[in-house]
Amino acid sequence: MKREGKQQVWKDYQKEIADNDYYFQRSCIRQNFFPGSEYAFLKILREELGKNIYDDARQTTCTGIGYHSDIIPFETIQTVVARHFALMTEKGFRNFVISCVTSFGIYSEIFETWKEFPEELEKTRYYLKKATGREFELPENMTHASDIIYKFREEIFAKRKHSLVNAATGEPLKIVEHIGCHYAKIFPRKGVGGAEFPQVLSGMIESWGGEVVDYPERRHCCGFGFRHYLVMADRGYSVANSRKKFESMEPYKPDAIICNCPGCTMFMDKWQYVIAETDKKTYGANGNGIPVLTYEELAGLILGYDPWDLGLQMHQVDSEPLLDKMGISYDPDLKYTGSNGEKMGAPMQPQFIH
Amino acid sequence: MDTVVVIGAGVAGVEAASQLSGFGHEVILVEKNSYIGGKLAKWDHLFPSLRPASEILTSMEEKIKQGSFKILKNTEITDISRRNGRWILKTGKGISLEPDAVVIASGFGLFDAKRKEEYGYNIYNNVITSVDLEDKLKKGEKIRMTNGKTPRRIAFIHCVGSRDEKSGNHHCSKVCCITGVKQAIELRNLLPQAEIFCFYMDLRMYGKDFEELYREAQENYDVQFIRGRLSEASENMDESLLIKAEDTLSGRPLKMNVDLMILLIGMEAGEDTINLCKGFKLERDRSGFIKPKDIHIMRNFSSQEGVFLAGTCTCPMTIGDSIDNARAAAIEVHNYLKNKHLR
Repeated sequence: MKREGKQQVWKDYQKEIADNDYYFQRSCIRQNFFPGSEYAFLKILREELGKNIYDDARQTTCTGIGYHSDIIPFETIQTVVARHFALMTEKGFRNFVISCVTSFGIYSEIFETWKEFPEELEKTRYYLKKATGREFELPENMTHASDIIYKFREEIFAKRKHSLVNAATGEPLKIVEHIGCHYAKIFPRKGVGGAEFPQVLSGMIESWGGEVVDYPERRHCCGFGFRHYLVMADRGYSVANSRKKFESMEPYKPDAIICNCPGCTMFMDKWQYVIAETDKKTYGANGNGIPVLTYEELAGLILGYDPWDLGLQMHQVDSEPLLDKMGISYDPDLKYTGSNGEKMGAPMQPQFIH
Repeated sequence: MDTVVVIGAGVAGVEAASQLSGFGHEVILVEKNSYIGGKLAKWDHLFPSLRPASEILTSMEEKIKQGSFKILKNTEITDISRRNGRWILKTGKGISLEPDAVVIASGFGLFDAKRKEEYGYNIYNNVITSVDLEDKLKKGEKIRMTNGKTPRRIAFIHCVGSRDEKSGNHHCSKVCCITGVKQAIELRNLLPQAEIFCFYMDLRMYGKDFEELYREAQENYDVQFIRGRLSEASENMDESLLIKAEDTLSGRPLKMNVDLMILLIGMEAGEDTINLCKGFKLERDRSGFIKPKDIHIMRNFSSQEGVFLAGTCTCPMTIGDSIDNARAAAIEVHNYLKNKHLR
């Protein structure tokens, strides 16, 4: 594979990413499944990079999952999006940063709809005003949170405590990057590196010393697909998609998977357990799974944050093999100890995967 | 004696120049390269007869020898203006030409396969274009994977950059279908053990003997045709390629490993043609090629008086069609100049 060819593609797909003063749009499911990710994102921006970012408690879901499941009408989701823009406007921000890839796709779709069909924008302004009394300006810059970490990846690495290098061998760690479909497959111009050879996560991996694993099913969907898991009878499709990816990446012996989408992170992590339980098959070394991390968790590890403060104990697949390779010290006894010092209770150990 | 400048010494340009010179006009043929023949000069064998392309080049050289026209090689038109109804063409070498008529025979451009990102040209090691393959065949190179292994399974991908909304080209390039068939037969002769597949949307075998060659490819050369457009390609660990398509005849998704993938790239308006359109203030049609004055009855006329069109600057054509079209252009120019003097 020719890296220069990829670099050419990357050059064609660079986007404007605001430098400071962000309004943060949280994700609904990330806060449940990977609760340390958004915490790490805000901490990195504020404390490591000295940026101004506003975290607004008045937010709601973007209703994206409902929209993609055909239970939320387009008018409704446009109005919910408009409300978030109104909250941004009220706080005096114009740079909108979105934590979730589904939401990023939603905001991008609606933004483009309003450009192509201004009457939809006017209708939405009317609905929002009528429902809430609010008015809004459009963001001047709209990015996904991974774009921001990509932009400042070298600054983050300059403050590193660890890198993506095997501490014992000095070899770069092999990292699979998985980009959520709605990050760039809908609008390739809105993703760093485009849709076919995205750079947003591979740029972080390379800057932090790792080696990107480009495996045959790299582009394939994780299987989240909304209906595929919402409809219980179709859930096998979802697992089958993730399985196809694991089978394809297995020969490359990846040390970890990083994702920028909540659904992908969740399924790439949890379906490994399901596959282990059903097929007794694991994809990591020594009966382990392949650790799956969000890019903020990985950035946090690079910066030396405590793995349990980053919420890695909430993952299905144990992250310890990766921590060991990176030479990160951690206290196993504190894995299930809450920040208040109380024991949270350890989950039952699965039979076939760790 | 009237002067005609013909721009481009490919098959159409040389033919137009030769005919116009035969009609008794003073002809100056301007060619940016150091050689004649345009893209034909780099081609090995031609469909549907599989004759060597060099035979056509030899016949062009003969015409140049027999004709009494001047060729300015390594020369580009850099400035175009009009004064008192006459076109003034300046070359990069500082020559100023003031012809009574101009024939644009600037040919076509090749679709840049890198624009079809999902096929990985210039990224994956064993993805080449039909032009790259022809170059290898012309040089007599062995057809091998980049790791030196002989490819056991080869896929030709039709319509790369043609009839494709995503790459911005809606038009059909007309010659790629039969080029794929011809090259598949050539590879079968070179690699008798290989499996050879052609992935197509539909096969447009419109020309003389095209359909026959397509049939031969199936019956005598064991080339397998799969009706399905490739969705994407990825590189496997051993540098072979994983390709995905939908076999639309069986109605099933298809996944296959191949050792070599050949992209049949299409024709589009070349940079030279686009620049000439700007210089002569000519309209381009929706496919980007030069728009003829009338698609049925004035195909060699441009929208500007005294500027005529020949060959693939107006749309994709075979070599035979380009030559016919250039002859027609020469007749139109001759009639134009004759009538001009009668006025």
